[in-house]
Amino acid sequence: MKVEFRNVTKAFGVNRVLDDVSFEAEFAHVLALIGPSGGGKSTLLRLLAGLDRPDSGTILVDGNALERSEEALRLYRRTIGTVFQAYNLFPHLSARANVALPLAEVHRLSKGDALRRADDVLHRFQLAAHAGKQPGLLSGGQRQRVAIARALAIDPKFLLLDEPTSALDPEMTAEVLDVIAELRDLGKPIILVTHEMGFARQSADLVAFVADGGLRESGPAAEFFSNPSTPGTRKFLEKILRY
Amino acid sequence: MEFLFDRIEKPSPRWAKAATACGLLVMYSVLCFWIFSSSVQDWKKVWGYRVVFLNGWMTTVGISAVALVLSTAFGVGAALARRSAFLPLKYTAIFYVETIRGLPLMFLVLFGFYGVADKLGWNDRLPVGVLILSLFSGAYIAEVIRAGIESVGRSQWDSARAIGLTPAQAYRFVIFPQVLRQTLPPLAGQFSSLIKDSSLLYIVGVSELTFAAQQVNSATYSTFEAYLPLGACYLVLTLPVSLWTKILERKVRYES
Repeated sequence: MKVEFRNVTKAFGVNRVLDDVSFEAEFAHVLALIGPSGGGKSTLLRLLAGLDRPDSGTILVDGNALERSEEALRLYRRTIGTVFQAYNLFPHLSARANVALPLAEVHRLSKGDALRRADDVLHRFQLAAHAGKQPGLLSGGQRQRVAIARALAIDPKFLLLDEPTSALDPEMTAEVLDVIAELRDLGKPIILVTHEMGFARQSADLVAFVADGGLRESGPAAEFFSNPSTPGTRKFLEKILRY
Repeated sequence: MEFLFDRIEKPSPRWAKAATACGLLVMYSVLCFWIFSSSVQDWKKVWGYRVVFLNGWMTTVGISAVALVLSTAFGVGAALARRSAFLPLKYTAIFYVETIRGLPLMFLVLFGFYGVADKLGWNDRLPVGVLILSLFSGAYIAEVIRAGIESVGRSQWDSARAIGLTPAQAYRFVIFPQVLRQTLPPLAGQFSSLIKDSSLLYIVGVSELTFAAQQVNSATYSTFEAYLPLGACYLVLTLPVSLWTKILERKVRYES
């Protein structure tokens, strides 16, 4: 899979979160975006998810430029799976209904087929026992796994995960990272914003460092972590790997 | 006498609560009987007018039911309009909600009927009354619904968009079901107010319950016997609503 940004700028008010960002990233399985909070990682991912539009510049996914109209972006969003940090699920619907909703209403499966597919996917993630529960009755880790199941159920072209474990305790984090590692082996391309450096080093084929409104450095995971080339990256890694 | 105090650290026993309730009921009844027994003249005279009461009560139920549906429609419409990006729509909604909420219902009924409807040649009391009541209640419902929509977090919109729902679908499958659960208790309270507020329509001669009691009073000169059933008839409608509200409040608490 290949992602390309050409002179992309995105500001919220006077705050330029992405400032004239250009890069190309080609990877087989997992692209991990790391960097300090407020550095633009999540904004970059939201642009890729078609949830926001850049103020200027072009984003290309596998060679196709994202269009600017909301209708076109909606069609695009229907082909990908996006998971946020928390509150992905609709609290009034059971886990099963959460997974079935996009299948039935967006992808036009019959109600029965949608529910069957939802049960299949939940079963695959060892969530069958929780299918009937509303999100309020699930643990944080289970919620994120259901959210990933929902994103995957539509058979997306790729998955975008925005800090999927940062609201979880270490045990639940491991539980969710296991699932992501499993997806990697399924061959579904994943773009992941994460603070889990161990996971990034182990599972990502490409790591990109995003800070101060731009992509500062990227490279194969092993190389990136063992021999970062820019001082900014080095400083960041030193700081977060100290403990 | 410690059992008469219900404290968090030491709740009073069940039997004490029941006994207190019963005791008070008897005590207040005796008190009322002692005060009012002289003013009760003749229940028989009023009994003869029971059909008038029944008709009035049915009209009140009918007005409330229709106004309930209409005011909900106005309320939802105004709440959505107030959130609209299209300024003329948004400002119209704000103007409607803020003006109506700033005026007493008595004024709206008088001005709406004599000042507006009558001048337009529409003097069909009942529908005009229902419309005025619905506009009044709709403004309050609009604010309840708006608060409900705003209480649904940004993340829910993001999730709805991320899975590819259209805005209409997002409202239908994601936002409104949550708004409904959040707002049912305050809405039920508003509906209870609506039933009571319908009594004000008697001033323009809509023959609802209060109007009926008024008529019975002037025909029989037995004030107490005419107005006591009036109160009872309203309570029969409003107490179940507030009981239902309490049950709903307990039911809707789910974690998100």
